[in-house]
Amino acid sequence: MGSPKKGARAGRAGAVPYLFLAPAMALFALFMALPIGYTIYLSLRRTKVSGLGLGKGARTEVFAGLANYAAAAGDGELWAGWLRVLAYGALVLVLMLGLALVFALMLDAAHVRLARLTRISIFLPYAVPGVAATLMWGFLYLPSLSPFGEHPFLSTDLVTFSMANVAVWGGTGFNMLVLYTNLRAVPREYYEAARIDGASELGIALRIKIPILVPSIILTTVFSVIATVQVFTEPTTLRPLTNTISSTWSPLMKVYRDAFVTGDLYSAAATSMVIAGISLVLSFGFLRVVKNHAFGEG
Amino acid sequence: MRVNRLAVAAVAILTAALSTACSGGSDEPSTQTASQSAAPAGPVKLTYWTWVPNMDKIVAVWNQAHPDIQVTVSKQAGGDDAAAKFLTAAKAGNPPDLVQAEYQMLPSFVAADAVADLKAETAQAKAEFGEGIWGLVTLGTDAVYAVPQDSGPMMLYYRKDLFEKYGIEVPKTWDEYAEAARTVHKKDPKVFLGTFSSKDPGSFAGLAQQAGAQWWSISGDAWKVAINDEPTKKVASYWGDLVKEGVIDGMPYFTPEWNKALNDGKLLTWPSAVWGPGVLSSNAPKAKGKWAIAPLPQWNAGENHSGFWGGSSTAVAAKSPNKAAAATFATWLNTDPQALGLLIKEGAVYPASAKGAALMTEAPDYFSNQPDFWQQAASIGATARGFTFGPNVGVTYNAYKDAFDKAVAAKSDFAAAVQSMQEATVADMQKSGFTLAQ
Repeated sequence: MGSPKKGARAGRAGAVPYLFLAPAMALFALFMALPIGYTIYLSLRRTKVSGLGLGKGARTEVFAGLANYAAAAGDGELWAGWLRVLAYGALVLVLMLGLALVFALMLDAAHVRLARLTRISIFLPYAVPGVAATLMWGFLYLPSLSPFGEHPFLSTDLVTFSMANVAVWGGTGFNMLVLYTNLRAVPREYYEAARIDGASELGIALRIKIPILVPSIILTTVFSVIATVQVFTEPTTLRPLTNTISSTWSPLMKVYRDAFVTGDLYSAAATSMVIAGISLVLSFGFLRVVKNHAFGEG
Repeated sequence: MRVNRLAVAAVAILTAALSTACSGGSDEPSTQTASQSAAPAGPVKLTYWTWVPNMDKIVAVWNQAHPDIQVTVSKQAGGDDAAAKFLTAAKAGNPPDLVQAEYQMLPSFVAADAVADLKAETAQAKAEFGEGIWGLVTLGTDAVYAVPQDSGPMMLYYRKDLFEKYGIEVPKTWDEYAEAARTVHKKDPKVFLGTFSSKDPGSFAGLAQQAGAQWWSISGDAWKVAINDEPTKKVASYWGDLVKEGVIDGMPYFTPEWNKALNDGKLLTWPSAVWGPGVLSSNAPKAKGKWAIAPLPQWNAGENHSGFWGGSSTAVAAKSPNKAAAATFATWLNTDPQALGLLIKEGAVYPASAKGAALMTEAPDYFSNQPDFWQQAASIGATARGFTFGPNVGVTYNAYKDAFDKAVAAKSDFAAAVQSMQEATVADMQKSGFTLAQ
């Protein structure tokens, strides 16, 4: 009587976790694995046209091997795009996270007036959609319309800075909030102890708050790196306003151009895979480098 | 027992979710086959992608008179985006039945096997159109891929009042235009006679057509690509030199800055197409009644040529289950006098149909100072010459934007930009496997 029941329970326990997992697995398969698989499939194919390419059957899809990947690797414009994004990303990461940290520390300091209002107004730009923010800044940048006077904000030399400015404006608030929330969770006794030991507010910030914040700083950095690699909205929205942003300014713009402007879905698929790869390498690489600092103590 | 019930519930929810997801996917084909087989019984339903303003009003007139063929308009953004969207939808297998197709994009649609051959359905409509326009929808083949809707012969829009102020005559040749550009800029360094737009390959193509360019041609079973031909290089160098000299501006058309320059009287001319009044009235409302039109300046005195910028047709998707009904609607829309009248009045369209020109009597409101606007436009239109567009205009136009963006920003050689358009186009065609003539 006892043993069969026990056996059944064990069997049930074996299946139940999978049942609970099933919805997540099904969703993952449907919306992640399947599209990625299809993208890989597309990236290995190309169109083959015969003759004039007009009329029925003149265009067929054939297996291309790794030709699309070879083309992506050998495309000078794509690498130039990576360099542009690297310069842009360095600017955005340093400025945005630097400002976010400074603001978070300032807001957390004991005596700040209007802390609530300040916090909200720094966070507010994050609620503005990227396209709207970029358009707004775009109007401010155009020499003949700008209230800042006739400065060439969108010239070849300045356009990277102007674009980084939009991203910093939009992203600082979110990152600040992540850091600030973390700071609020720190037991106040730490600071009290430090004060008794004679530490100044600056000393507390540098020696206690920042070390405590390191894991959050790393998290926000990883998110920002991923967002930077995928920069698309700002340059695409600004492009019609100026002739200093090419259709392949960032790698993701090249994917869009290939897929929808020049009609080569296959190259676009291959380039997307390359971008996904680089994005993964960058984020995991960064995590690996900082792993000991961040999570070593625990 | 409890665990069991939970598990059953989970499975039930999951299967329900999956089955709805699957049926959602298969929904469309089943209704399509249904409407196909039931076509004689119930009304045929057609969707139509277009960006002509007020097309829904025009379609409402059709729907009223044709209860058996009901058309639904889906408003599009227009331009390159609309073409890309249609090609993607066609590839995905769910295109609209009818689509507005710009002439330069039609070969790309045909090459992607996205539009149907309407030869049988349009046998009678052919007589309504001039040979030049008809060639744009046949691509010089035996097939007919669309019904022409409007055309965009180019002319020179100029600020009549400011021409008088700066003491310049309407230029008859491009040499005179260059001289006038120098005069104007000398008198007021903030004012330009015109601007060269690196964002509008269609405008550049029209100017090249005027000069006699033939970017693509078909010889036998092979494409010939000659974007870097002498006429095109001549046009490019002409504008390049003026931009370098600093007497022609380099700001793109259709930008907030351009609107402001037009409104403030900082730009005195715009070589544009017959659809210009619509743009000017919405982008430069302040200058109403101050603009006038003249033929484009000529390359040689005494010549009389123009080119086309834009213009579009109505095509039927190859995958549409109701091609015949769609073709009937497309023919009505672009040849029926009532429809043409509505297109002119509601859609601000300059019809391609010969009948349409006769209906254009009252000058556009914005040009009330020029009562013979349409007569002028018609006589200019008769001098416009086009060329065959290739199967990868998207690539060429994108190369134009990138190359001329750089050339205008750096004030460098425009002819080199033309060369890079040629190279990008040929490289793309070779990669796809098109047969190219040497």
